[in-house]
Amino acid sequence: MYSFEPNEEQQMLVGAVGKYAENDLRSAAHEAEESRELPKKLISKGWELGLLQASTPEAYGGFGERSAVTSALAVEEMACGDLAGALAVMTPSLFATPILLAGSEEQKQAYLPKIIEGEWQPYTAALIEYAFDFDPNELRTTAKLSGADYVLSGEKAFVPFAKDAQAMIVYANLDGQTQGFIIPTNTSGLSIADEREKLMGINALSLYRVKLDNVTVPASSRLGGASGHNFELLLASMRIASASAAVGVSKASLEYSMNYAKEREAFGVKIAQKQAIAFMLAEMATEIEAIRLLVWEAAWMLDNGKEDAFKQAYLAFTGAVDMAMMVTDRGVQILGGHGYIREHPVEMYLRNGRGFAMLTGLAIV
Amino acid sequence: MTIEFETPKPITQIQFVLKTVAENMMRSQSREFDENEHAIPWGYIEFMHTAMKSTGGGSLTPRDEKPKEGAEKRQPIGYQTLAAQIEMLSWGDVGFYLITPGGGLGAAAVQAAGSPEQRANFLARFNGDKPTFAAMCMTEAGAGSDTSAIRTRAVLDEATQEWIINGEKIFVTGGDKSFTEYEQFGKGFIVVWASIDPTAGRAGMRAFVVESGTKGVTIAKLEHKLGIRASDTATISLVDVRVPYDNILGSPTVEKTTTGFKGAMATFDATRPLVAASGIGVARAALEFLKEKLTENGVTIRYGLPRNKLTSIERDVIDMEIQLRSAWLLVIKAVWMADNKKSNAMESSMSKVRAGDVTTKITQKAVEIMGPLGYSREFLLEKWFRDAKITDIYEGTGQINRLVVARQILGYSGKELR
Ligand SMILES: Cc1cc2nc3c(=O)[nH]c(=O)nc-3n(C[C@H](O)[C@H](O)[C@H](O)COP(=O)(O)OP(=O)(O)OC[C@H]3O[C@@H](n4cnc5c(N)ncnc54)[C@H](O)[C@@H]3O)c2cc1C
Repeated sequence: MYSFEPNEEQQMLVGAVGKYAENDLRSAAHEAEESRELPKKLISKGWELGLLQASTPEAYGGFGERSAVTSALAVEEMACGDLAGALAVMTPSLFATPILLAGSEEQKQAYLPKIIEGEWQPYTAALIEYAFDFDPNELRTTAKLSGADYVLSGEKAFVPFAKDAQAMIVYANLDGQTQGFIIPTNTSGLSIADEREKLMGINALSLYRVKLDNVTVPASSRLGGASGHNFELLLASMRIASASAAVGVSKASLEYSMNYAKEREAFGVKIAQKQAIAFMLAEMATEIEAIRLLVWEAAWMLDNGKEDAFKQAYLAFTGAVDMAMMVTDRGVQILGGHGYIREHPVEMYLRNGRGFAMLTGLAIV
Repeated sequence: MTIEFETPKPITQIQFVLKTVAENMMRSQSREFDENEHAIPWGYIEFMHTAMKSTGGGSLTPRDEKPKEGAEKRQPIGYQTLAAQIEMLSWGDVGFYLITPGGGLGAAAVQAAGSPEQRANFLARFNGDKPTFAAMCMTEAGAGSDTSAIRTRAVLDEATQEWIINGEKIFVTGGDKSFTEYEQFGKGFIVVWASIDPTAGRAGMRAFVVESGTKGVTIAKLEHKLGIRASDTATISLVDVRVPYDNILGSPTVEKTTTGFKGAMATFDATRPLVAASGIGVARAALEFLKEKLTENGVTIRYGLPRNKLTSIERDVIDMEIQLRSAWLLVIKAVWMADNKKSNAMESSMSKVRAGDVTTKITQKAVEIMGPLGYSREFLLEKWFRDAKITDIYEGTGQINRLVVARQILGYSGKELR
């Protein structure tokens, strides 16, 4: 059957996340972006919503089953509040979710209860590399088997909270395949830049460059154990998360510019009464709804083990990248000169909106 | 309720059957009937009538889904099924689809604006022995998008209790097959929109069922078109046409409300996603053809690569797939809402806006990518390009549907946003 109504549990979750996103994340967003800092309390409050806990089975300290659809709903809602804040709250998932999805039993036992039952702690992951043609399936960072160890070398970029993290999953190229490795940050050969990354957007999020110089870890550190794991599944989950966040940011831009257009007057009428503006809004709303459904479908396919799920996740992600650009650009346009001023959030939505093309790996459902 | 994207089994089965029909009864004749405008594909019409009759429908309308007593309550999928049928038939040939016997837009109007008795009276015929048609006549030379500007008048003759209708309608899809008394067809009708009180504006608008062969009605012209040439598009003139009192759909008195017009709009809420579905069928045909030809020519699409590593053709094809699928999902959502009796004015128009956009873009791009092969009449691609364009025009142009969406999201009336 087709059905487009979140179930009761999902509605409750979305309601709770929505409240936090609007009251807490959004009201802190401007200040956080300008000062490049997120209040610790703000992050803890988001963590207490229990998104990760709700998608982790009891055996590992949680109280539910992971559902990509449910997570996608939550990510959209959270990112609609503020993208940087949302990514910060969900950073531990970058470490825990791959373990949950692809880790060995030993890895699950070693890490999940510790993360799930505790306070927000910056466990993180490193996928992105600083190259124009960065491709998650063709990483430059390499992993090589050497006796009973893996040796990793290369450089990673945009790693959230690397400085404070206890451990991270580092993705590397192992014989042409992308594989994750669980690496404690104090491992010798792993160094984290002192300076934070400076990007066009999501400035409130602490991101770091990470260097790996012959970092040697035992073979058991490979995600999934000796036989490794299917990276496609993780990549699809990351793409769905990015796409959901893109829907959320776009929704925020639409809502803000729409409300503005209903207030602002020009030539004796509200600008929303001019077709040039109204049609932009209608197209933005249509685009958002269309891509949202594509993302939901991809998530649903993933949850149900459908054959084309990975391809669908790619299509949803690619569509979301364009949607975010189109919608957030128009958000600024609708406010005119005022849209260009940082007092209004639409210019930040535009900067954040451009990011989705290259920020795969900063969120996962 | 939950979020689900599983195509219901009955729909998959129907799609499977209709695909065979599309390939063997439609595609095989597409070119012939494109080149012989106004010729009638009797074989297809007869076949579809027999097929639909034997499955109980007799018509492409959402099936009534009264649950059998004691049976487990099933989710309604009437409109979803219909959208899937229309998509597949249009994948075969949208011109043919438009002249599939059964009620079409005429029956949809009766369905949306008629009383239960009228529905029973007027709609039973589609399940008869011969293929039967109905059409919807709203548009006039001076009233297209602005339907409230129609000049056709209906006046009640108090003495005979008949309505007398005068006016001229244009662009009536299936107008000829619905009205002209062909020996091979059953008795059809046209639904004519007219004003019963011009001073009342939209509130005075009503639809009237005019039976085929009624005196005073003439098919004045059949249009020559860019595409969908198998489908007749008629100009119908009405001079002192008399119809029985009970053929008025909706209330015969004019209150200070806009109920008459609302009847028309309710029809559109139901039919817009179906028109969108039809366009999507054409676009899918074009995209599948393109991909087949690319494969034949050794071009593979590398899904999964970052955009900046893709070739231009790969980007285009991937974008087309995104557009097509997301447009289809908007259709599914709109008809799912219709099936579940949720008001779907916004979603209907969204699906039509998007389908209008993507079907034209996809077919136009596919012709471009195929180069001379795209432009040649050796293949159907150039025909699909011509056929697809109508999606953004009838049942409300792209602009009109943008207005509907904008009013919905802004909470504006027609006065506040013109
Ligand atoms: C092949 C075919 C089949 C058809 N079948 C039927 C049928 O079965 N029954 C029927 O009743 N009609 C039918 N139509 C008519 C169709 O619905 C109309 O052509 C359509 O609604 C547009 O009206 P118009 O052609 O008068 O264009 P106009 O209304 O003159 O529009 C011209 C342009 O102006 C734009 N425009 C108009 N108003 C506005 C506005 N307020 N804001 C912004 N832009 C605006 C339009 O979008 C369009 O781009 C059919 C038409 C065709 C071509």
